[in-house]
Amino acid sequence: MFRNVFAFLAGGLFGAGLLVSGMTNTEKVQGWLDIFGDWDPTLAFVLGGAILPMAVAWNIAARRARPVLGGEMPGRSSTQIDRNLVIGSLMFGAGWGMAGLCPGPAVASIGWGGVGGLVFLLAMIAGMLAAPGLRRRLDRAAAALGGQNPQLGA
Amino acid sequence: MQVDWIWGLVGGLMIGSAAALYLLVNGRIMGASGIIGGLVDRSGWGTWAERLAFVAGLALVPVLLLPLYAVEVSTNITSNLWVVIGAGLLVGVGTRLANGCTSGHGVCGISRFSLRGMGATIFYLLAGGLSVVLFKHLLGVI
Repeated sequence: MFRNVFAFLAGGLFGAGLLVSGMTNTEKVQGWLDIFGDWDPTLAFVLGGAILPMAVAWNIAARRARPVLGGEMPGRSSTQIDRNLVIGSLMFGAGWGMAGLCPGPAVASIGWGGVGGLVFLLAMIAGMLAAPGLRRRLDRAAAALGGQNPQLGA
Repeated sequence: MQVDWIWGLVGGLMIGSAAALYLLVNGRIMGASGIIGGLVDRSGWGTWAERLAFVAGLALVPVLLLPLYAVEVSTNITSNLWVVIGAGLLVGVGTRLANGCTSGHGVCGISRFSLRGMGATIFYLLAGGLSVVLFKHLLGVI
């Protein structure tokens, strides 16, 4: 019960922060990515402002055995920059630039995003459903080429 | 325009505080694509209620704040639905393949000096910049 209450609060604060910072406005996001146009520095302040409290939180987490509501603190699943991370991030970035929306703001703005916002969200869900298939295909192609999942910076 | 960066900083601090809350209280990493993706592809159905509660807060709370704005709030998303569909597909596939987006890799990853988080952020910023050049300046469709 408390897990769900605090999950709702965290999601709500996240959404409020996205609205206040201007990240639900696609023009501001694309303005930040548009280094050859009329560049908008806002997103740098958003990312910097978000990293500060989270860096403190990771510090506290390292000194605590458990989260407040129990369970385990999340570990590091992997430390490698692998092929899927690079290809996936390039695809995500391309889509992010095209529409100016990433997953958080896409959900946060659903109440006023209109048809465009809804279409984006449905397409995003379709893309998420297609991801496991693409991952298998990439693994097969890599195996056929003789590589496993080549890791950079290892 | 001059005060936009202040609101960016204030909103950013709120986003980071939300991520800190989710980590220290629930023991979870606040990555939007992971939380949503786990519901979409069933991989996270073991914690469906917590995920759904997070998504509900994310979708409902900003709407409640809209009356505080004197001017109409808009996403200003392009009216070209083909671009919107292509963008949504790329964002969905890409974030799941990379296991994270701006919140998971960007906010939560960089703040713990994660090599994957920093690497992902470099690649999606690079692709995002090139995408805007292509679709806005070269093709002129957005």
